[in-house]
Amino acid sequence: MKKLLIALMTTTAALSLAASAQAADKLKACWVYTGPIGDFGYSYQHDQGRLEVQKALGDKVETAYLENVSEGPDADRAFERLSREGCKLIFGTSFGFMDAEVKAAKKFPKVMFEHATGYKSGDNLGLYNARFYEGRYVLGQIAAKESKSGVAGYIVSFPIPEVVMGINSFMLGAQSINPNFKAKIVWVNSWFDPGKEADAAKALFDQGADIIVQHTDSTAALQVAEERKLHGFGQSSDMIKFAPNAQLTSLTDEWGPYYISRVQAAIDGTWKPDNVWLGIKDGAVKLAPYTNMPDDVKAMAEATEKKIAGGWNPFTGPIAKQDGSAWLKDGEVADDGTLLGMNFYVKGVDDKLPQ
Amino acid sequence: MDIAVNILLTIATAATPLLIAAIGELVVERSGVLNLGVEGMMIMGAVGGFGAGHLTGSPWIGLLAAIAMGALFSLLFAVMTLSLATNQVATGLSLTLLGLGLSGMIGTSFVGQPGVRLPNLDIPVLTDIPVIGRLLFGQDPIFYISIALTAAVMWFLFKTRTGLTLRSIGDSHTSAHALGIKVIRYRYLSVIFGGACAGLAGGHLSLVYTPQWVENMSAGRGWIALALVVFASWRPWRVLAGAYIFGAVWIGQLHAQAFGIPVPSQMLSSLPYLATVVVLVLISRNKRLTMMNTPASLGQPFVPDR
Repeated sequence: MKKLLIALMTTTAALSLAASAQAADKLKACWVYTGPIGDFGYSYQHDQGRLEVQKALGDKVETAYLENVSEGPDADRAFERLSREGCKLIFGTSFGFMDAEVKAAKKFPKVMFEHATGYKSGDNLGLYNARFYEGRYVLGQIAAKESKSGVAGYIVSFPIPEVVMGINSFMLGAQSINPNFKAKIVWVNSWFDPGKEADAAKALFDQGADIIVQHTDSTAALQVAEERKLHGFGQSSDMIKFAPNAQLTSLTDEWGPYYISRVQAAIDGTWKPDNVWLGIKDGAVKLAPYTNMPDDVKAMAEATEKKIAGGWNPFTGPIAKQDGSAWLKDGEVADDGTLLGMNFYVKGVDDKLPQ
Repeated sequence: MDIAVNILLTIATAATPLLIAAIGELVVERSGVLNLGVEGMMIMGAVGGFGAGHLTGSPWIGLLAAIAMGALFSLLFAVMTLSLATNQVATGLSLTLLGLGLSGMIGTSFVGQPGVRLPNLDIPVLTDIPVIGRLLFGQDPIFYISIALTAAVMWFLFKTRTGLTLRSIGDSHTSAHALGIKVIRYRYLSVIFGGACAGLAGGHLSLVYTPQWVENMSAGRGWIALALVVFASWRPWRVLAGAYIFGAVWIGQLHAQAFGIPVPSQMLSSLPYLATVVVLVLISRNKRLTMMNTPASLGQPFVPDR
C-alpha cells in the first residue's frame, strides 16, 4: 500500500513538473477589459481577438484575462497582479487604463505592455488603436440618406477625443449628403448601462430623431429602434439578431489579426513598442453587411468604404470648427496628433461639448 | 401630447424595477433584517428570467423563473443570517458579489441571444382612448404588479395584525420572542419575499426594459433601491414617490440634453440622485416620525434562547 502511494506521489510530482516546464516554454499573454466579456460589445470583441490568438498559436501561448476592471485604482492592481503572475505581454484595452499601464510598465521593465486608444507610450509600452471614425463617416452618409426627419439621435458615453472624433466624422459624412442634417446628442456618462441607453434612445426618438447612432456598448438602443420601427446602427459587434429590421449596419472591431501578429512577435523575440492606428484597409474596422436600405444607398456606402480603404481621410479640408472659424484648408488633411487629442466640434454639431 | 405620453411611459419603465426591489427590501427591513444583497438577487432574477424565457419562448415562464430565482437566492442569505446568525452586512455584500459573478457564469451561453419581451397590455377600446388609454391600459404587466404590490404592502403592514406583528419584530425581536412570536419564521418569510421582489425587478430588466442578457445589466439599480428605502424612512408610499421622482428627473435630464439645453451633462446625470435625496429628506424631516418608523433592531442578529 505504502509503495503504491509513493509511486503515485512520484508520478504526480513528475507530471506536475512536466506541466510547469511546458508552461515555462509558453508565452503568457494577458488582457484587461473594462467591461464584462459578456457585453456583446467592445470588451466582447477584444475577447474574440484573444480567442483567435489562442486558436492560431495553440500551445505556443497561454492566455488569461481580467474583466470588469474599473478605470482607476482597480486598474493599477489589475496590471500589477498580471505582471506578477507571469504575464509577459499585457494588453490594456480601454482608454482609462492609460496611467495605470504607464505605472506598471515602469515597475515591470521586462514585461511588454500594449495600450489601446491612448497616447502615452514608453520603452516597453506600445500603443494600438483603430480608426473607428472612418466607419462613422460611412454611417453619417447612410443616416443622411435614410433619415426622413433629417435628425439623428446620437448616444454617447464620455467626452474623450475618441468619442468627439466619432461625432465629428459622422457629421461630416451626413453633411456631405444633406448640408442641413442635424444630430441630437445625449451623454449617458457610462460605457455600459442597457437601461440608460434604452431610455436615451426613447428620449431621442420622442424628440424627432428617426435614426439612432451610439458610442456606448450595449444593444439596448437598437432594440428600441426595432420596437419603434425606426433605424439605427450597431456598435462593436454585429447586432443584427437583436434588431433584424432596424439595423442598417454595424461598426465592428476586429482585433484578432493584430493580436496574433503581436503575440507572435513576442514569441519570436522581435516585439518592439509601436504606435499603430489601424483602419478599414487593415481590416480592423469593419462594417457589418448593409441591410434594411435601398440598393443605391448600399452602393454609395460601399463606394465610400472603398474610397477610405484607398487612403482617403474623412478629415480632409475644407472643414470649419463649430463656431465657424477655419480648421482645415481645402485639401488639407488632419494629422493624427490633432485627431487623437480632438476636443472641439466641427461646424453643424448641435451640442455644447462638456469640458 | 404624444410626446408627453411617451415621456410618462418611459418614466414608468425606469421607475418600476426600482419600486419593486425597494418595496421588497422595505418589508425585509421592517422585520429587522438588513439585506444588502438586493443587487445580487436582482441580477440573478434577470438571468433566470431571461434564461427561462429564452429556452421556453414564453416570457410568462420567464417572469415566474425570475421571481423563483430571486427567492431561492435570498434563501441562502436567510439561512446564513437567520439560522447561523452571521453578520448581515457582510453576508448581504457577499450575496451581491456572488450574484454578479454567478449570473455571469450562468448567462455565458445567453450572451448575444435575442430575448423574449412581455407584451404590453392591450384591451380593445380602452387602450385606444387618447392620452390616458396607453397610460392606464397599455403598459407592461409588471408596471401594474408594482403598483398593486405597493398598495398591498401598505395595507399589510399598517392594516393587518400580521403586519403589526412583523413591525414589532423589527422594533424589538427580544420582546416579540418573549411574547411567543416566531421571530425567525417571520424573518425567513420576509427575506424570501424581498428576494422574490428583487428577482421580479430583475425580470423586468431582462424581459421588459431591455429584453436581452448581458452581464452586470442591473448596473447598480439594486443599490439605488436600497437607498430609496432608507431615504423614504421605511414608508411604502414614499418609496413609490422616490422611485418616480428618480425616474422623472432621470428621463427629464435626457430630454433636456436632446433638446440642447446648455448645461454640462455630468451635472445633469447627477441630478436624479440629488433630487431624489433632497425631496425624500425634506418629506421625512419630522425627526419623531422618522425615529418611529426606523426598525429599532435593524441589522442585529437574533438567536432565540430556546
